[in-house]
Amino acid sequence: MTLAIGKTFAATEEIPDNTEFHSLLFDSTLCIGCRSCENACAKAHGYPEPEDELKPDVLRKTSETRRGVINNHTTSKGEVFVRNQCMHCNQPACASACLTQAMYKTKEGPVIWRGDKCMGCRYCMVSCPFDVPKFEYYSSNPKIVKCDMCYDRLIKGEIPTCAAACGDALIFGTRREMLAEAHKRIAENPKDYYNKVYGEDVAGGTGLLYLSPVPFEELGFNTKLQDESYPALSKGFLYSVPSIFVLLPSLLLGIHEATKSNQPKSPEHE
Amino acid sequence: MNNTQTAIEKERGFSSTWQFILSEMKPKGKWITPFNIISIPIIFLGLGLIIYRFIYGIGSITNLTQEVPWGLWIGFDVVTGVAFAGGAYVVTFMVYILKMDKYHSIVRVTVLNGFLAYVFYAGALLLDLGRPWNVVNPIIGNSFGTSSVLFLVAWHFMLYMLAELIEFSPAIAEWLGAKKARKILSAMTIGAVIFGITLSTLHQSGLGALYLMAKDKIHPLWYSEFIPIMFLVSSIFAGLSMVIFEGSISNRVFFDQISDKDRKAHKGILTGLSKICAGAMFAYFFLHILVFIHDKNWNYINSPMGYWFLTEMIGFVLLPMMLFVYSYRNKNTLTIKVAAIITMVGIIINRLNVTVIGFRWDAPVHYIPSWMEVTVTLAVIFTEIWIFRWVIMRMPVLHESKN
Repeated sequence: MTLAIGKTFAATEEIPDNTEFHSLLFDSTLCIGCRSCENACAKAHGYPEPEDELKPDVLRKTSETRRGVINNHTTSKGEVFVRNQCMHCNQPACASACLTQAMYKTKEGPVIWRGDKCMGCRYCMVSCPFDVPKFEYYSSNPKIVKCDMCYDRLIKGEIPTCAAACGDALIFGTRREMLAEAHKRIAENPKDYYNKVYGEDVAGGTGLLYLSPVPFEELGFNTKLQDESYPALSKGFLYSVPSIFVLLPSLLLGIHEATKSNQPKSPEHE
Repeated sequence: MNNTQTAIEKERGFSSTWQFILSEMKPKGKWITPFNIISIPIIFLGLGLIIYRFIYGIGSITNLTQEVPWGLWIGFDVVTGVAFAGGAYVVTFMVYILKMDKYHSIVRVTVLNGFLAYVFYAGALLLDLGRPWNVVNPIIGNSFGTSSVLFLVAWHFMLYMLAELIEFSPAIAEWLGAKKARKILSAMTIGAVIFGITLSTLHQSGLGALYLMAKDKIHPLWYSEFIPIMFLVSSIFAGLSMVIFEGSISNRVFFDQISDKDRKAHKGILTGLSKICAGAMFAYFFLHILVFIHDKNWNYINSPMGYWFLTEMIGFVLLPMMLFVYSYRNKNTLTIKVAAIITMVGIIINRLNVTVIGFRWDAPVHYIPSWMEVTVTLAVIFTEIWIFRWVIMRMPVLHESKN
């Protein structure tokens, strides 16, 4: 089942593609919790404007009508606002789980969902370590809802609507630039920042990068997630498939032949 | 069937084959039986719920949440149902590859059982799809998610159903009196068997591999990188326990279908199967101990989930394993059946622990299936039994072909 059917092997001369992964860098030391990013997102994607109040330590979640949320955490350094949305992993579990390539890692970086391919099996939701994809349970034509980093804007050269709406806490650029910027900020103000960029390594590296004044556990991040990518977990199994497919039938045929010779065919059984 | 009928069958052309099939569609035997009285309303209620679900969405009849997107329909119908269908690949391996002729009389019924289990339980997967009209995407078209374990499992389900249909097809040909077709189909059996065993090995383990990426969501006592091997090994005794269970029921319900010779041989078959079950369960139990020690899971034992794990391991693996050993030493068929039932309950518990109970065990709100999910599941099981009974009453499955 690992045949690459449908891929073209035409010997066309390819122009080297220099497209890099893009990232959003969220600096929680700068976020004031104004939620313009939430409102801009709702407006751009046709969801109802978020009306629930932002209360300290009341965890709001993304849902099938909300792709990104801001939460208010009380920490050892006072209140800190954090944005929660799709992490756009470099090697996304959801995309490797998808049996129709509906969840798809684009070369620009966003992980997008393609409705014309999706069967609605929700294996992406089972696999995502961040519990990001949401499903419209009450629809006869349900969609998987999650942030797509405004992919349609991105390919037109515009920046995601949340980053455009935000003052300076959420900035957008190539992943390389954003990582450099994050490390620069930590280096320049070591007192203001916890010395780690969340997203640099977690789950094999993500497209969302976070800076924080306090350890990330205080902001409700799951810091127990592995740094290895999640698709690597099922790699061993998938790689064993071709060998089993070759070796097992040969073995079975061998045994069949071996047992055949010492037992004459009985007339009852064939 | 008497001799005149056989003679008529030989003369039959294409149109009369159709007439024969139509006449076979009619019910045979009594209508008012306890099973019918219970199953018919549930099947219709389930059907109604399925229609309702396709209009108002999956959430309208299930309790699934954004955190627990796979519930009873996947965890029980598909994952557990397919484990119980594992008897087919084990028994075909024994009979066609190892040539253990003793088990020949149960091959057909086991393959039929396996085939129907796949059609219905893997078919139940369709009920769980939000966008089922796109189900052709991984089969045809340019949307192959080859990095997905689910892609592999889906293809293996389809191919395996085909393999089992080929394995069973001689019985259909005999039923229709198509001698030439039977000869051709019988010749394909060994190929289908080899193909089928290979597919089974891969997708029985593949069902476990589906959950490999959910590393942080499944309770550590049930999650390990060895889930695929655990699922494969346990499918051996899950399938055989199902064969024992189904066999003892068939022996009673379809008494008149089974010849005296086969009925006498049945005890020997049960003893043999219980030996294999005990062996496979020992391997499974040993693997679990290895994984437990290797993953240093001691600190989880003294907790509710830990006690639950011990209950599963001791009460539903170790205990039935010892019962199987006791049974074949004492040639006691009653304890074999008891052991088989305990084993089956254990398999249900195990599969649900991985897929539902242990999945997001730490979530504030737990998923508990709604009565409607349970009804649909029961409707699927009852429909399968109806078809199974229909086939048994007509085709040469339990009895030898008359012509």
